[in-house]
Amino acid sequence: MQQSPNSSRRQFLGLAGGAAALGALPTVIVRPAEATPAMLASAIQNVTGGAAVRTGKVKLDIPPLVENGNTVPMTVTVAHPMAPEDHVRSIHVFNEKNPQPNIGNFHFSPQNGRAQVSTRIRLADSQKIVAIAKLSDGSFWSASVDVVVTLAACTEEVI
Amino acid sequence: MASALINVPAKAKRGDIIEIKTLMSHIMETGYRHTASGEVVPRNIITSFTCRFNGTEIFRADLFPAIAANPFFTFFTTATESGKFEFEWTGDRGFSETASASITVE
Amino acid sequence: MRFYGAIVVALLIANAAFAAEIPQAERRSGHSFMKPDTRAMQDEETANPGMLWVLDGETLWKRKLGAANKACADCHGDARTSMKGVAARYPAYDKATGRPIDLEQRVNSCRSNHQQATPLPYESRELLALTAFVARQSQGTAIETGDDPELAPFIAKGRELYMQRQGQLNLACANCHDDNWDKKLAGSAITQGHPTGYPLYRLEWQSLGSLQRRLRACITGIRAQAYDYGAPELVELELYLMSRARGMPMEAPGVRP
Repeated sequence: MQQSPNSSRRQFLGLAGGAAALGALPTVIVRPAEATPAMLASAIQNVTGGAAVRTGKVKLDIPPLVENGNTVPMTVTVAHPMAPEDHVRSIHVFNEKNPQPNIGNFHFSPQNGRAQVSTRIRLADSQKIVAIAKLSDGSFWSASVDVVVTLAACTEEVI
Repeated sequence: MASALINVPAKAKRGDIIEIKTLMSHIMETGYRHTASGEVVPRNIITSFTCRFNGTEIFRADLFPAIAANPFFTFFTTATESGKFEFEWTGDRGFSETASASITVE
Repeated sequence: MRFYGAIVVALLIANAAFAAEIPQAERRSGHSFMKPDTRAMQDEETANPGMLWVLDGETLWKRKLGAANKACADCHGDARTSMKGVAARYPAYDKATGRPIDLEQRVNSCRSNHQQATPLPYESRELLALTAFVARQSQGTAIETGDDPELAPFIAKGRELYMQRQGQLNLACANCHDDNWDKKLAGSAITQGHPTGYPLYRLEWQSLGSLQRRLRACITGIRAQAYDYGAPELVELELYLMSRARGMPMEAPGVRP
């Protein structure tokens, strides 16, 4: 992504909506459609196959107030043993309002010793994030958090 | 030019749970952005990240456009024996990169 | 006559004090304005995406190219010693052109003159990688830009530009970064505008970018016409900002929201 050396002033003026910070190119023109609650439900259904999901065991760490939606640190931890006979198989993370409901799937093995993963995600808006863990006994556990995004992802034009 | 940063301890005691960190350079273009003239920028993301130890898969991630540019992952593993971690990233447009790191377990 | 002279001096001082410059003891890197998560992203090497460019820069440093078939390393050797502290002195005075040049221009001048290769465009991955690699060698070094007396008139020009109201919003750099750095603009910290971490990784850009990119974005933000990349005005502004940050430690590649 490069800035053309001669981006015209007219172009920038045309785009100037509500400048968040000087220098943050203020451009929300075309917003992709948001994932709908039905899409979220369906994405979760794909993972659980309709099995019950209980609240608990899963800890979802995301800063409650995000500086920039382009890069949001996230850690998911499941408080559960990682023994060959009883362990966490996978963690699936979903969102409500990005253009699509999936964020990532993380597959574990007993070798991991600890069911924990950290990554960085994009959030197009303030929204709820859901993490679901699948255990080796076939049960599902979840946690969710609400995140406030002050500067959303995906708003800068490709220039 | 694609480069990766890997952080694996060079040495560990048998039974220790160690942390592995990886950072891969990639734009992770979502496929939802538009140019100033209104054209959609086609999706170009890493779709899969795998870590193997001595040939056996120990961790794998499926990535979606909601994973930030230059994907960063940290996860854990139990140090059982000396050997080699192999990391593989694959994605759109035939993207495929690998990296490796060795560990001595005492 | 002496009486009038005193009045003129007094007026000048009052005028200078109008846009209050930040006292030395109160100077703060943009790093200290960030939330702990973003600070951690910069501080830890494997977590700092800017280090990917540093890594690329290390490869490029050793790559032979141009009609001269020379690598940076063929003249400069191991950057860890030869480039230590160098970025902390840029922009520097260039005898050949009689002007200050920034690190990007220095890399390109080396390419043209010594490697006989084409210059790299501003914000190209390769130029960012090389400048990030060179700047990284000054990690923790106190900024010394502006020592050369030849630079004085250019620092003065940069300062003038920094103090000059411009654009449709009629704002000078100083109106935000000297007068209101302790406040916020739409939720974002304003900061003091010390360029200690360039080239740096902005989460907004999802990429590394040069100080000129940042300055151009800021100028566009006040709805003024941004100078083209490499314009003398931008280099003078870079020079003033770096000399204003003298004594502060280098932290490239920084991470900022």
